[in-house]
Parts: sequence; structure tokens; C-alpha cells
Amino acid sequence: MIRRLTTSICSALLLSMPVAAETVTIATVNNGDMVTMKNLSKAFTDANPDISLEWVTLEENILRQRVTTDIATGSGQYDVVTIGTYEVPIWARQGWLEPLNNLGEDYDLDDILPSIRGGLSYQDNLYAVPFYAESSMVIYRTDLMEKAGLAMPEKPTWDFIEQAAKAMTNKDQGVYGICLRGKAGWGENTALITSIANSFGARWFDEQWKPQFNTPEWQKTLEVYTNLMLKYGPPGASSNGFNENLALFQTGKCGIWIDATVAGSFVTNPEESTVADKVGFALAPDAGLGKRANWLWAWNLAIPSSTDSKAAAEKFVSWATSKGYLDLVAQEKGLANVPPGTRASLYANEAYLKAAPFAQMTLDSIKLANPNNPTVKPVPYVGVQFVAIPEFQGLGTAVGQQFSAAVAGNVTPAQALKTAQRLAERTMRKAGYPKN
Amino acid sequence: MRQSQLLRQKMVYSLLAWTVGIAIFFPILWTVFTSFKTELEAVATEPSFLMFDWTLENYSTVFIESRYFTHFWNSVVISIGSSLLGLLIAIPAAWAMAFVPNKRTKDVLMWMLSTKMLPPVGVLVPIYLLFRDFDLLDTKLGLVIVMTLINLPIMIWMLYTYFREIPSEVLEAARMDGATIGSEIVHVLLPIALPGIASTLLLNIILSWNEAFWTLILTAAKAAPLTAFIASYSSPEGLFYAKLSAASTLAIAPILIIGWFSQKQLVRGLTFGAVK
Repeated sequence: MIRRLTTSICSALLLSMPVAAETVTIATVNNGDMVTMKNLSKAFTDANPDISLEWVTLEENILRQRVTTDIATGSGQYDVVTIGTYEVPIWARQGWLEPLNNLGEDYDLDDILPSIRGGLSYQDNLYAVPFYAESSMVIYRTDLMEKAGLAMPEKPTWDFIEQAAKAMTNKDQGVYGICLRGKAGWGENTALITSIANSFGARWFDEQWKPQFNTPEWQKTLEVYTNLMLKYGPPGASSNGFNENLALFQTGKCGIWIDATVAGSFVTNPEESTVADKVGFALAPDAGLGKRANWLWAWNLAIPSSTDSKAAAEKFVSWATSKGYLDLVAQEKGLANVPPGTRASLYANEAYLKAAPFAQMTLDSIKLANPNNPTVKPVPYVGVQFVAIPEFQGLGTAVGQQFSAAVAGNVTPAQALKTAQRLAERTMRKAGYPKN
Repeated sequence: MRQSQLLRQKMVYSLLAWTVGIAIFFPILWTVFTSFKTELEAVATEPSFLMFDWTLENYSTVFIESRYFTHFWNSVVISIGSSLLGLLIAIPAAWAMAFVPNKRTKDVLMWMLSTKMLPPVGVLVPIYLLFRDFDLLDTKLGLVIVMTLINLPIMIWMLYTYFREIPSEVLEAARMDGATIGSEIVHVLLPIALPGIASTLLLNIILSWNEAFWTLILTAAKAAPLTAFIASYSSPEGLFYAKLSAASTLAIAPILIIGWFSQKQLVRGLTFGAVK
């Protein structure tokens, strides 16, 4: 170990030395797939010796703030940015992103899953390419289900989820029937609860952009959510996000976890998870209304319009999202570790489906989510677990704080919805909705 | 009897001081311990204090995945550079206010302090635009300037308090001997006030080293100091606490060592003039 640490320190010293070439600065987050991309990027610089790469890795919210400031002021500090499905259409409309027209002849754009690609285009131009994509699904403990005398259907309902959560809960032994996001944030609990709301037929706004938190559908949504969390969830659930629930599930404390499909590779990895061989997957639950509670999200690579190195940046973006890159990851890190959810050809590969037990469920979940028609009733917005308008970040977090307070027991679900309605009405009025 | 009462009192105060000291230091100690755990142990619902499988894996990963020494060097240049530049401005300013005060001196001092009450985000856009126009984004020079401006009120206040304790007759005597203002400051004031200047310098190095708003906003790949290095280990999807703790330990270690060796100076500088 000491030798490894010494080698690491030497590599860090070498890495600190400056190099001369056209520099592409990439802003990204510290997700496992991005770390792999950074580690394997030598293959790109070896093939393109005239391009050097600089990496700026930041916490998700800091990254969003930094990149927004940089692009809005036209400062040009970054040549490639990692952004979510929410930002792409909004930033493209603002003229902040470069259209991607030169991804290369062998890029095979048609191989990108249509539901993912659709969210990255604006006025028939592609403004970002997906690095990895995810939906959400039910992740459960097969041994606990068996012990409870139940069998998880491939397409469970909310009633079954409650029944199973109840049967699996054993608080004396520190096992909780269900773990859901409770931490406030538009990308945390609001994402999950909006997906649940879709399955109960609720929507954020009607066709005239009037907030809908005062409807019976939202009441039902929050009742089901808080009931599950308070009766069968872990203590302190109102502060649990993806990582906290991941840790709980990996240490055997959760019976059911409904969250991002990308978690599939974490919970089935025996090096990280104590329950790796006892995990099953199912589609996100429904309430019999024709919509399931699964979201759609992708981390994408885009090129800000303020860049001075568009050609080099596009070359990198093309490389990092190509079929060749997936092959490289498969070769270096194993087939189960390739960035999921973006290319149809990956799911046509039998070896991948065999290596990644969550693969088919990931594909099915992604295919089920429809950003243009997310819930039962018609909506004026695009987005499954978010509303693709600039005001949503602030509003989504404020509403999420109310939902989180309901789980913490500080307010009742009815009070949380009443405040959410008031917040949404005020935000939309100030933003000048409905807009023509 | 009285002696045993004093001893008991001393013990109670010592115990209280140690309790407060440990309570303050505990988060840092916990961070250090976490840096030697695996990711799963770091987030275990029943955390272990010392009985865990100690590993250097996180440090190894941090060195492989980041340019620690580049970030470290940037932190050194930014914190020392801004503190020295700040001293160059703060010493004459504090001298003027301590030895040649006028009826507005107190107002000026209060006004300077009031700038510290402004939330930094309130001036984010104008400063960002200025940096863009002067080509200072992601440069060490830009951060040296910002850090100097941010910490200048504290430096002036500290030095002012220190200078006020020096009898003005000493400076007057130098003036009577024909010293100019410059030589009066350099040859008379500075040698007497050296401990105060040293503690001001040290405190500002620590403040600049730990600053994590402007250093994150105004840098990208080239000038990013250790605060950006720490921030890079937070992950929205995946466990990261152990690696983040290793990065934090590496980032705070240099300043902790400096603080340890210079604690006497620091305490003296911070408490000077507090008891009269």
C-alpha cells in the first residue's frame, strides 16, 4: 500500500506539470462514469496529440452555478460542459450552446435512444449528446421478499409496494421496508415525488400554466409518499438523498429502494455492496392509470457558445459518447461498467445484458418515460420529473422543502400542498405566465 | 484551604477548556479518521471510532485522480501573495489612523468593517465581469487581488489595534531626529510592531487558504486552489465521504501545521488590547 501511495504521489507530481497543445477545458461532476472518462481520456489525447485536456470537477450545484455564470457572461472558461436534460433545451433557446453538427461520419446518431435524443434537441438541432442516461426503477432485496412470502411482480402497483414494505420492515433489526428520497431539492425529493405524482395523474400545471397542487391527485400522491416514509422508512428519512439511501441499501438496511437505474451497478457490485447477490429489479410502480412513476434523466456533454476551441471540443464530445468509447470502457473496466442508457446497440449486445442484471430493466424504464407526455392529463411543459422552464430550479427546491417538512412531521401533507400551491402561484405570476 | 479551593477552580476551568477544545476539534478529528475508512464504513449507520479496517486507499485515489501539488502551490501563492500585498496597504493605513487620527477615523474604520457584512454573492456579477474584461479569470493574480480586498478590513483593524498600543512619543522622537514618514514606519514602527504584524500575516494566510466562495467561482483549471480540490470529490451519484475526507485532510494539513507552530503569535495578536 505504501508503495502504491508513493507511486500515486509521483503521478500527481507528473500530472501537475504543464503541457503545450490546444487545450480543451471540461467541466464535469464527480460521478463514477465521469471519473472513468477522465481516467481513460489518455486514449483520446494519444489519438489527438494536438489537443490537451484540462478537467474541472465540481459538486453538482457549484458546477451549475459556475457554468451558468460563465456562459451567461460569455467568459469562455469552459469548452465542454456536463449538463442535465433539464438545462439543454433552456440553454439552447438562450443561444448559450453550440449546435453539434460535426460529430463524425461513424458516430451513428440514430443509435442514440430516441427518448434521450429528443430531450437534447431544439428547433431540429442537436445541442448536447448523452454521456449516460437513467430512468428510475424498484430495487429490492430478493431474500427479504422471499422471507415475507411475497414475489415482486415485474410491474408492481403502489398497493403492492406498501404491502411488501410493511412485510419487510423489521425495525428491531434495523431493516426498513422502503427507502425513498426525502432530502429537499429539485433534483432530489422533488424529482421522485413528481414522478410518483405522474403515476397518480397529478401535474404541476394545467394547460393554462395554473398550478395544480390543490387537486385530489396531489393529495393522494403526498399521502402515499408520507405514509410509506413515516411507517416503513428509516429514521431521519427527510434528509436522505440518493447517496444516503444507496449506503442504507448497500449495508442491508432497506427492503425496497425506488431510485435511479444507475444504482443498479452499485448495489450489484460485491466490492461495494453487502447484498450484491440478493438484489432484484422491477419497473417503477403505477396506480392503474397508465403512467408509471419513473423519470428520465441524462448527463450530457455540450459545448458552450463562448468557447474558442469548438472543433477540438466537438472532437472530444464525439469520442466520449461514441460506440468506440463504450468498447474502451468494456475492455478496461468490464462490460457491466460502461455508461448506461444511451445507445440501442449496447442493449442489443447479449453479453452486456448477461453481465449487467439491471440492463433490461434500465432500457424498459427509459423507453416508458415520455418527457412530452409525462402524466395522465395534458400538460403545457416538457419534462418527466421536472418542468423545463428556468423558474423550476428555484420553485422545485422550495416545493421540495415543503415535502421534506411533511416527512419530518413539521407540517401535514395538506399544509405542505397548500404552501406549495401558494409558492407556485406567486412564482408563475412573477414570471409572467401564461406566456404567448 | 484557600490553596485547595484555587486548585479545584483551576481544575474545573482546565476541564471546561479541554471539553470546549475537544468539541471544536472533534469534526476535524472525525474527518481524519473517515479518510482512513472504506466508503461503506464511512457512511455506516453505526459508525466506528477506531475499530475499523484502516486503509490508505483513499489517499492513493486522491493522488492519482487529482493534481494535488498544483492546487497546493496555487493555495500557497494566493494566500501568501494576498497577505503580503494586504500588509503593504494595511500598514500605512493603520499607521495613519492610529497616529494621525481625525474626527472621521472611527467612521472610516466602521465603514471598512461594514464591507465584511455584505454577502459576497451580492457583488458576484460585477466582479466576474471585471475579471472577464481584465482577463483575470482563472489567474492567481486575480485571486491575490480579490483575497487582498476581502481581508483588508480585518488586517487594518488588527494593525490599528496593535499600533494604538505603541506610545506615539517613540515616533515623535524619531521625527525630531529628522526621520521621514517612510523611515519612521520602516525603521521605528515596524520593529516594535513586528509580533502584531506577524500575527496579522498568519491570520490572513489562514483566512485566504480557507476561502471557498471566490476561489471556487473565479477559477477553473489553472488557478484553482485546494478548496476547489476538495469540492471536486463531492458526488451526486455514488459514495464519496471517505475520499472527500482524504482530500480535506490533505488540504487542511499544511495550514494546521503552520497554525500549530505559530499558535502563540496568533493568540497574542488576536487578544492584543483586549484587556486593558
